[in-house]
Formats: sequence, C-alpha cells, structure tokens
Amino acid sequence: MTDRAIGTQHLAMARDRKPLMMAVLTLLVILASGLALGSGATGVPPSRVLTILAGQSSAPAGDALIVLQVRLPRLLLGLLVGAALACSGALMQGLFRNPLADPGLVGVSAGAALAAAITIVAGDALLAPWIGPLPFSALPIGAFIGGLITTWGLYLVATRQGRTSIAVMLLAGVAFGAMSGAIIGFLAYLSDDRQLRDLSFWSLGSLSGATWTKVAAATPLILPVLLLTPFLARGLNALALGEAEAFHLGVPVQRVKAVAIMLVAVAVGASVACAGMIGFVGIVVPHVLRLTAGPDHRMLLPGSALLGAALLVSADTVARTVAAPAELPIGILTAAFGAPFFLWLLLRRQGGIAL
Amino acid sequence: MSAILEAWNIAYRAGGRMLIEGIDLSVERGTVTIIVGPNGAGKSTLLRVLCGELAPATGEVLLNGAPLHRIPAWRLAHTRAVMPQASELGFPFSAFEVAHLGVEGIGRGLSRGDRQRIAASALDQADVAHLARRNYQTLSGGERQRVHFARVLAQLEAGRTVETRQVLFLDEPIASLDLRHQLALLNKAKCLAREGLTIIAVLHDLQLAADIADSLVLVQAGRLVARGNAGTVLSPGRLLDVFGVSLIPPSLPPSPWTLASSN
Repeated sequence: MTDRAIGTQHLAMARDRKPLMMAVLTLLVILASGLALGSGATGVPPSRVLTILAGQSSAPAGDALIVLQVRLPRLLLGLLVGAALACSGALMQGLFRNPLADPGLVGVSAGAALAAAITIVAGDALLAPWIGPLPFSALPIGAFIGGLITTWGLYLVATRQGRTSIAVMLLAGVAFGAMSGAIIGFLAYLSDDRQLRDLSFWSLGSLSGATWTKVAAATPLILPVLLLTPFLARGLNALALGEAEAFHLGVPVQRVKAVAIMLVAVAVGASVACAGMIGFVGIVVPHVLRLTAGPDHRMLLPGSALLGAALLVSADTVARTVAAPAELPIGILTAAFGAPFFLWLLLRRQGGIAL
Repeated sequence: MSAILEAWNIAYRAGGRMLIEGIDLSVERGTVTIIVGPNGAGKSTLLRVLCGELAPATGEVLLNGAPLHRIPAWRLAHTRAVMPQASELGFPFSAFEVAHLGVEGIGRGLSRGDRQRIAASALDQADVAHLARRNYQTLSGGERQRVHFARVLAQLEAGRTVETRQVLFLDEPIASLDLRHQLALLNKAKCLAREGLTIIAVLHDLQLAADIADSLVLVQAGRLVARGNAGTVLSPGRLLDVFGVSLIPPSLPPSPWTLASSN
C-alpha cells in the first residue's frame, strides 16, 4: 500500500467512525436517562416508567407523581446542564487552544454565580419594593452577564498578540474565582436567611432543586447553544493552528471568538443559575472524546454535548442513590473524580506547561 | 502589467516604533522573490503586511489589482497561502488532519473525496506521507515545518478551483530542515513558480536565496535598501554595510548544492 493510500484511508476511517460514535453516545444518553427515571429512594420498574411517560393512567398515582413531577424535570435539567457544561468546556478549550481550559476551573462559573448572587440580593433590595419578587428567569440572565464578563476578561488578560498563555489563563482564573468567592461571601454576610439558602446552593452544585420552572428557564438558553456550536467546528479547527493561521485559512477569527465567548457565557450562565457550580465536567468529557475519536471539533462539539449529558445524569443518579434517602451534592462527586483526572492530565503533559 | 502584487509606501508601526517604513514593491507573476536582511530588519513584518495579516499604517497593498484590505478573508484564502514558522498545536491532530485543515472550506465543487486526495497528495509532495497518521505534537521541528508546507500546498490546490493567480508566502520555511529537505522544499517552490505560482519568502541563507530567487529584496532597519538580482543586491560593499561581514561573493567557494534546475 502506498503512503498516499494510507493517508486517504486514514481520514476515511475517521469519517466513518463519526456516525458510530454518535450512535454509541446517544445510546449512553438513553440508558442513563432510563436508569435515572427508574432508580431512587423509590424504585420504579422500567416497564412502569414507560407506561407513565406514555400518559397511561394504569400506573399507581404515587409512582406517576414521582416520575413526572420529581424525576423527569430533574432528568431534563441534568441532561441540559451536563450537555451545556461539557460543550462549553470543548468550546473554551478550542478558543484558548488548550485542553486545560474549563469554565469551572478558570472562574467563569464563579463569575456567573457571583452575578446570580448579586441579582438575588440586590434584586431583593432594589427592585422587589417596586415589582415584587424577581421571576426565576432573572437569574440565568444575571448569571449570563457574569459569565460573559469573566470569559471576556479572561481572554483579554491571557491573550497577547494572538497567543494565549495557559499559565496566565489558569492564574487569572484563580484570581477571578477568589474575587467572586469573596464577594459572594460578603453578600452572604449581608443577606437574610432565605437569601443565604439560595446563595449557599451555588457553591455546592446540585440538581436537587430541579423543577419544571427551571427546565423552562434553561431550555430556551441552552438548546440554541447546543444547536449553534457545530457551526463553529471548522473555525475552531483552524484556530488550533493559531489566530494568524486561521485568518490565512479564511476564517473570520474575531467573529468566531466573539460567538464562542457568547455561547460559553449563555450555557454556563444558565447552568449555574439552575444547578450551581458543577466542576470538571467540561474538562473530563472533551478529553475522553479526544482520546477515543480525535480532536476534530466536528465530532468533539456534538459528542461532548451527548457524553456530558449522559455523564451528569449518571452522576446525579449515583448522588441520589448511594446514601438514599439522603443525597450527596453532585458537585462533590464530579470534583472527587474530576480533580484527580485533572492532576493526571497535568502529569502526562509532555514538556510541562508553556508559560 | 503582469504585476500580481504591488505595495506603495507601506509602513507598519508597533509599540511606538516603525518596524517597516516607506516600502514600495512590485512582484511579477510566476516569480520567486526572496526577502533578506539582518535580524530585526522587518522581514517578517513586511511579509505579514504583504499577505494581509497586518494592516499597514500608511500606503496600500494591491493583490491582483484589488486593495488587499477590501478582499474578504475567505476570498483571500483562495488567492494566497502563508506558511508560518513551525508552531505548537494544542490538540493531538494527526499530520493528515493538519494538512486537511488547508482544504476545509476552500475551493468550489470539490467532493469530500477530492479534498482528501488533495491533502494526501500534498503530504506526498512535502515528503511527509509516511507521517500521515502520526500525532503532530510528537513530530520534530523539521517534520512539523514540512507538514505545514503540505498544508499550504493543499490550500493552494483547492483554492485553484476559484482563483488561479495565486501567491505563496513562506516565512523562513527551511529554518529547521535538514539540507536534503531544504533543497527539496526550495526546488518544489521553484517548480511551482514555473507553473505560474508567485512565491514570496523570507530566507536567512544568502547563498540559497541567491540560488533560487528571481529577485532579491534587501531590507535593513525597516527600509528597502536594494532590489534586483543577486549580483546587484549582494555587492561586497552592501554586505559589509548591511550584515557587517566582509564577504566578497565571487571569492566564495562555488556552492556544492546549487539547485539543479532540471529537477
């Protein structure tokens, strides 16, 4: 076989793998969803879950209530948040041209949480006398603005002349995170009991507060992001070579960057507002996919959304069942697995971190 | 009027310093133009202004008669390719995938199979077909440079379906190549020029530059000091002036690796 034939065959292989990969990931999402609906403090057998979802009334009313009002919104929120976090991780890594970027790690989630906290406390103090309690949809919008400011600020600080410094990015992320933490702490000090409960919710990410209201607030924000990200795939692939090189290849670099930052801010803002700060999904999921299917963003972006959704829903099922009827905050689980994974990533990098 | 690229009075400023200033240049189609000069003379800056990456502070660059800054990025990508100095890549793309980046979104009426064939053939021409499956991150500096050469060849090949008057910019393309591949790359460039491609390159090696160039451009301290064939540009007086070395070109031993033009 000639070398040329090997080259052609190589890409053909990569291309043929994409539908298979997507099918496997979709299957994972379905399995994780089924498991999530059926298991918990009260077990509901799969056949009964299906009858309940089909709207038949033959199932016991208690089971129907649990599945439709408790587990289904929680499942949908978990799918949305998992997909949003993994997808924004992949987007940020493409934008920063570095596999270590993650919205949780570099302070974007913290910035979003801070803005949400300000929305609660300041909103109560300034706006409530005039318009009554803020609707829940104000939170994702506040969190989006916080996420946008942090992502943009991070990009400005870490990128000089088209080159992004990974060290500056991580350190600036630490600074942003600490600053947000301090201000959230200060707000907690000022706030009343109810506000305090809302605030502490963000530092421990959890899907336990899932309601249909939250699903309704998150869907119109996260779904468009998931549908739009594949359009950035070619631009992000070219951007991996560097900003100048991407421009040479005809990519509208500034537009790609601006859109990627907006999408990350929307997805992270909506996730944080609905489920608090859940770390490491954005770094683990794209990395696992790169190891199995390569770094092509045309596969990576939709693949991350699917695997992120499956992973977060599974983690949530574990969080709900290991200590049932009590439950672990899911942020503890993702950090317990994600942090060692991140360390492993750092250790196996060849040549260390370029400053 | 076969000038494909013209620059009038271009200047570029960064950090309050003029990096290049008052440069006029006209490049004929199908020629090899080599920019030479000492370190920090502004060679790379000049190249980056000519390829449209940097907008000049004054003056204008015309490509195929059209002002460079008015040509949209996608159109420009069909007209010229730029080979950078070997760069890092954050993700484990294979050499084939890097070459294939050169054809994504470039060209009209090309099927997926066509694009793959173009990328594979470009790897072959750059003598890196055997590295097609290797992770780019694990390649040596010279191998990376040849993969990027394959990428720009692929880009031009795909772009030719839209625009045939093309320019290839090379920024120190042979800096980390071994002797055999230095000659192979420059030979390939020379061959492409005979087929109508216009080559503009920055080179450090004066001997190789003199061998391959149809026209040499000598820059010093951001200004163009001489332009023409090797004999006129690299005079002993100028070599002393610009590079601070007293070489007398005729007294140099004949190059053992003069490019074989029949190759």
